[in-house]
Amino acid sequence: MKRLPQIALLPDGKRLHLQDGPIDLVIEAKGRDGDVRAAYDAAALRFSGLLDELCEELVELRSAADPVRCTLKGVVARRMHAAVAPFAADHFITPMAAVAGSVAEEILGSMLAAARLDRAYVNNGGDIALHLAGNEQFTVGLLDRPDRHGLMRTTVIDAADPARGIATSGRHGRSFSLGIADAVTVLARTASQADAAATIIANAVDLPGHPAIVRCPANELQPDSDLGARLVTRDVGAFGESEIDDAMRAGVGRAHQLLAAGLIEGAALRLLGEMAVVGATGIKAGAMPAFHESALERTAHV
Amino acid sequence: MTDATVAGGDKIRCDACPVMCYIKPGAAGACDRYANHDGELVRVDPHIVLEQTVSHGGRLVPFQAGGDWDGKIVHEPNVFVTAIGAGTTYPDYKPAPFIVSSEIDGVDMVTVVTEGIFSYCGVKVKIDTDRYLGPETATVRSEGEAIGHVTTSEYGSQMLSLGGVHHLTGGSKKEGRVTCDALMDLSNCKPVELTIDGGATVVVQAGYPPIVNGIAEERMRVGCGSATIGMFAKQWHGKVDEVVVVDDHITGVLSEHQAGKLLDIPDTGIKMKGRRSTPGRYFQVADPGTGWGGTNISDPLSVLGPFNPKEARPGLTMLMVSTTGEHAAYYELDEALRPIEKQMPPDLKFSVERIQENCEPALCTVLFMGGAGGSLRAGVTDNPVRLTRSVKDALTRVTSGGAPVYVWPGGGITFMVDVTQMPAGAFGYVPTPALVAPIEFTLRLSDYAALGGHMDHVRPLASLRDNTETRPMPYMPGRRA
Repeated sequence: MKRLPQIALLPDGKRLHLQDGPIDLVIEAKGRDGDVRAAYDAAALRFSGLLDELCEELVELRSAADPVRCTLKGVVARRMHAAVAPFAADHFITPMAAVAGSVAEEILGSMLAAARLDRAYVNNGGDIALHLAGNEQFTVGLLDRPDRHGLMRTTVIDAADPARGIATSGRHGRSFSLGIADAVTVLARTASQADAAATIIANAVDLPGHPAIVRCPANELQPDSDLGARLVTRDVGAFGESEIDDAMRAGVGRAHQLLAAGLIEGAALRLLGEMAVVGATGIKAGAMPAFHESALERTAHV
Repeated sequence: MTDATVAGGDKIRCDACPVMCYIKPGAAGACDRYANHDGELVRVDPHIVLEQTVSHGGRLVPFQAGGDWDGKIVHEPNVFVTAIGAGTTYPDYKPAPFIVSSEIDGVDMVTVVTEGIFSYCGVKVKIDTDRYLGPETATVRSEGEAIGHVTTSEYGSQMLSLGGVHHLTGGSKKEGRVTCDALMDLSNCKPVELTIDGGATVVVQAGYPPIVNGIAEERMRVGCGSATIGMFAKQWHGKVDEVVVVDDHITGVLSEHQAGKLLDIPDTGIKMKGRRSTPGRYFQVADPGTGWGGTNISDPLSVLGPFNPKEARPGLTMLMVSTTGEHAAYYELDEALRPIEKQMPPDLKFSVERIQENCEPALCTVLFMGGAGGSLRAGVTDNPVRLTRSVKDALTRVTSGGAPVYVWPGGGITFMVDVTQMPAGAFGYVPTPALVAPIEFTLRLSDYAALGGHMDHVRPLASLRDNTETRPMPYMPGRRA
């Protein structure tokens, strides 16, 4: 029996939900009814079999990326490689670091090839590909506390902004992190680039050798993890205020490098209640508790 | 239906999708949907009711043991599927990054990596003791951090209100973490030592007697001092001339009390300290404390002034007893009308034992209280307020880990549940910090459809029995699983 992805509209009747194995997509398109329908049909069609396509090259996708040469065949696999290649010379990174963003980008691309849309997004578990035309804009919420809406920060992305990809990485995520950041959200020109960069910056938020950080070989947790025996962060104990600053500074420094290299448009880093913003993200603070406000002031001149 | 092949060691290879994850025992695959439980591939998301509902496209799975729910509020299903483990991966907590599919405040989409559930939550602790734990509104501390306060006392009990969003997230990080730990331990029926500013140190464990300043409380008083006089006056009549029931709240004096008057008990010339309320009833005979009857005294005679020689006489007998019968002493007046302690006659000893017998065992009880927020409700239906209304209309039964809850009237779904009625280890936490607690909504299938439920995700219970862990859990109160 052929395995089919789950394809369904969410209860609001507006958004499309696609799921297959570990991939969960929430999609929304805005445009004329016929175009939205055509776009959703195209998304579902492209999605069917996409996971199988990726799995055919899974072994290579889980291996360290070559900074120059790409022997992968699939279009999504090649996009994954392209997204991580700029980091591959200096870091261990596999194409898997960009899988979520690359899939989101692929599905969005199929929708735009099939229909004329005013705006659309494909949200792959927080890694998001965007389309904006004309005067359209998106309001994106960033939160580490889904239970408390008042704590939310928002950023508005309009058609004039270069960012078309958003991704979040951190130690609480489904993927393992080598760093200790609670969350690093990145805006980049594409979702695949954002995905890879978020991984790199989140890994940089770290206090190497700190005794309060519990680390564990990735393959002890997931035998086939692409990170092999590399130590991934499992838990974080208590840090001094200055140690949190040190870890944040390391991540902010890396984010500045990527910004200067044109690999990202902006980033927001969060660690144990502290937050730092790099680049023109337009991220605005919502109603913040006091310690967040002070954190913002502190990081304003980083 | 999916099969798994046993690979090297106890790892299994999942073939639910082409990723073909190797999964270690106790771990989940890349999808967080399948896990290895003792070498067996199990699906871990069927009992989804909680926040994860929101994250995975808003499905709710109401469970029916057989056909439609018969509509009874009190229902004894043979199997009750709870939300425990629903919002977490199996078996240890590892939040998945997720898609919040509910639209909030004009935000089109949300990117999230951490998960928090009940930060608007806390516990109400009832401690059966008359001993003074601390003044009302005094700060309650755990490991030196403020985690709550002393609130209005109840009959025979001191009450604490702990947790809440102010301590969880409004203070320092340590305060939040310590509060979260204390709430989780209390909710999981573990002992927690609490210190009260200007008061006592008390070890609280749901379902066990409180330990106040190192001494385990045994009994909860039968009534206030005045009530005790009323209950036992007849039994004392003719056996003793005077009885004083020492109580921090209302100390009772037999000869002056209405109950004594009705039995024609003569005046004894006794002189009480404190403020007289009505005849035979005295407020504030001493300061609150951990001595006799919740006062600070260890010598009961310290609440008496000199006897009035006009009415008192040498040889007059007097029993002094605390409201729990835990403390008691017998006196006779000497020639100088001074009370001298003597051995207690057997029939008076019997009456003290009767007071003890009428006291209930002192316990600590812990009620978890939390509010189901908008996003949680949105996970259940596409029109969340309808769920709230249906709860208020009693069409939907709310339970927590299968235990019955009390839902507060008014807005939202704010509920309380006795933690001793929940299965062991029902509570978890996220580093936010916030507590993870199970909550289930059970309703008629037809009502569920009417309130906009996600009918395509409804599954019959039988389909779960094959591939999920089930364990018998008696539904009605009174024990721990």
